[in-house]
Amino acid sequence: MEKTFSAPPLLTKRQLLWKNIKKSKHHYILMAPYAILFLTFTIVPVIMSLGISFSYFNLLEPPRFVGLDNYIKLFLEDEVFIIALKNTLILAVITGPVSYLMAFLFAWLINELRPKLRSFLTLVFYAPSISGNAFLMWLLIFSGDVHGYANAFLMKFGFIDNPILWLKNPDYMMLVIIIVQLWLSLGVSFLAFIAGLQSVDKTLYEAGAIDGIRNRWQELWYITLPSMKPQLMFGAVMQITTSLAIAAVSMQLVGFPSVQYAGHTIVTHLIDYGTVRYDLGYASAIATVLFLIMMSTNLLVRKILRKVGN
Amino acid sequence: MRFLKKTRRLNRSLGGDIALFLILLFFGFFSAYPLIMTASNAFKPLDELFLFPPRLFPRNLTFDNFRDLSDLISNSWVPFSRYFFNTILITVLGTGGHVLIASMAAFPLAKYKFPGRGLFFTLVVYSLMFAPQVTATPNYIIISKIGLIDNPSAIILPAIASSLGLYLMKQFMSQIPDELIESAKIDGASEYRIFFQIVMPLVKPAWLTLIILLFQRLWTTDGGNFIFSEELKPLSYALHQIAAGTIERAGTIAAVAFIMMIVPVTFFILSQSKVVETFSHSGMK
Repeated sequence: MEKTFSAPPLLTKRQLLWKNIKKSKHHYILMAPYAILFLTFTIVPVIMSLGISFSYFNLLEPPRFVGLDNYIKLFLEDEVFIIALKNTLILAVITGPVSYLMAFLFAWLINELRPKLRSFLTLVFYAPSISGNAFLMWLLIFSGDVHGYANAFLMKFGFIDNPILWLKNPDYMMLVIIIVQLWLSLGVSFLAFIAGLQSVDKTLYEAGAIDGIRNRWQELWYITLPSMKPQLMFGAVMQITTSLAIAAVSMQLVGFPSVQYAGHTIVTHLIDYGTVRYDLGYASAIATVLFLIMMSTNLLVRKILRKVGN
Repeated sequence: MRFLKKTRRLNRSLGGDIALFLILLFFGFFSAYPLIMTASNAFKPLDELFLFPPRLFPRNLTFDNFRDLSDLISNSWVPFSRYFFNTILITVLGTGGHVLIASMAAFPLAKYKFPGRGLFFTLVVYSLMFAPQVTATPNYIIISKIGLIDNPSAIILPAIASSLGLYLMKQFMSQIPDELIESAKIDGASEYRIFFQIVMPLVKPAWLTLIILLFQRLWTTDGGNFIFSEELKPLSYALHQIAAGTIERAGTIAAVAFIMMIVPVTFFILSQSKVVETFSHSGMK
C-alpha cells in the first residue's frame, strides 16, 4: 500500500510510450485479428503492387526488375490503355456526380413521406444494388433485335425505323453502361443520406421558419445540407470509389473485350493482364495508376466538400 | 396529400408536392422494372417468356422453371447439396467472422486512446478510398504463397478484413456513453467482458448492417480465380453453369436470377430500420 504514495519516477518519452503500450495490452489483443488480416489483404498488397509494377513477373519465374518499362509502355505504347483511361474518366465524370446527386435527391424526396411509404421506396431504390446478377435483365431490355424491350418501344413510337445494336455498336455502349451503372448506384451512400436526413434536429426547421426561411429549397440549403455534412462526405467517398472501378457491368453487358474496346475500362484492362495474360508486373502498374487516380480524386473532393458551407 | 407526413408541413407548396410525387413515381418505376421482370419471368411458362410486348405479370403462373432447375441439379456430377453447403459455409464463416473480428477491433478504436490508434484508423479510412480491384493481383500472390488456393479461406479471410464494416462499427460504437463502460470497470469487469456483455448487445443494429453488406457479397461469390475443385465451388458458380446455355434454358436462367436476387433482398426488408439507424452514424469529417 505504501507504494501508491511514493512519487512516480520521472519517465523519458520512450518509457512513457512503452508504459502506455503496456497499459493498453488488452486493446491490442482485441485488435490483433483484424489488424493482421487488414495488413495482409489491404495494406501490404498496396505496397507490393507498387513494387511489382517495376518488374516483369509471371508467377512462374522470379520477378525481374525492369525499372519504369511498364509505365512507359502503359502511357506511350498501349493504345488500348489510353482508350480504357478515357472511358473510365468519362464514366466516372458522369456516373459519379449524377449518382451522388440522385442518391441525395431521392433520399430527400423520400424523407417527406410517411414512414411506411418511405420504407417501401427505400427498398425500391436500394434493391438493385443488392440484387446479385439481376442487372442481367438489362441484356433483354437492350437486346439488339426487334424484340429487345428498348428497340420495340422506340420502334412502336416511331423514334427509330431499324433496331439499334445497343450492346455491339460502339456508339451506344457507353450510354448503356452509364444507364445500368446509374440504376445500380443507389447503394450505401443512399442509405447514409436517408439516415442522415432522419437524424437532422427537427427543431432546427421550426426555428428556421421563424427566422424567415420561406420554401423547401432555402430549408435544404441553410439547414438540411449543413446538418448532414458528415454523411455527405462519406457518400462522396463511396460514389467516387465505385464510379472509378466500373467493370462488371461493362464485361457482362457489352462483352470482354468489347467491340473496338468501346466499353473497356481501367479495371477491365487490369483484369485482362492480371488474370488472363498473367503479366503481373504490367497489371500492377495499371493497379498503381488506378490507385493514384482514386486517392487523388477522393482527397481533392474531400478538400472541396470541407469548404462548402464554411 | 395523404401520403405525406402529418408533421412538419412548414414551407411546403402543393405544386412542389405534386412534382415530388411524379418524380418518385417515374424513377421508382425505372428502378423497380428490371427487378419485377426478373421475378415475373421466373414464374412464366416458356411461351410467355418470349411474348412481346413482355407481360409485367405472368398470366399462367407456373413453377416449371424451378422444377427444370431442380431436374438439372439432380443430374449434375457433384451432388447439388454440396454447392449449397459450400456457399453456406463461406457466407456464414465470412459474415460471422467479420462481425466478430471487426467489432473486436472497433471497440478499442471507438472508446480508448492508445498509441497507434489514430494511424490505424486513418489507414482504414484511406482504404475506403480505393476499390478492392486495386489489390487483386498482389492478393492473388499472397493467397497462393500462404497456400490457400483452392480453399474456401481464400474467399473468407479477405472478406473478414473488409474495411467498410470496421468503419461503420467504430462510428456506431463511438456513441456508447463512456459512463456505461466506466461503471462496468468499477464493478470489476475485464475489457473482454465489457466488450461481450455490454458493448456487443448495444450495437445490434450495426451487426445487422455488417451482416447485410457481407452477406450479399459472399452469397453471390463464384469462387473467382481461387477455387478450382468442382466439389469446393459455390452455389453461384453452379447456377451460372446451368444457366449458361441455349435458348431453351431461358426459363431456368430466370429462376436462377430470381433465387440469387430474392435472398439478399428479403434479408434487407427484414432488417431495414436497423440498417438505416446504423448509417446515421456513418459520417466522415
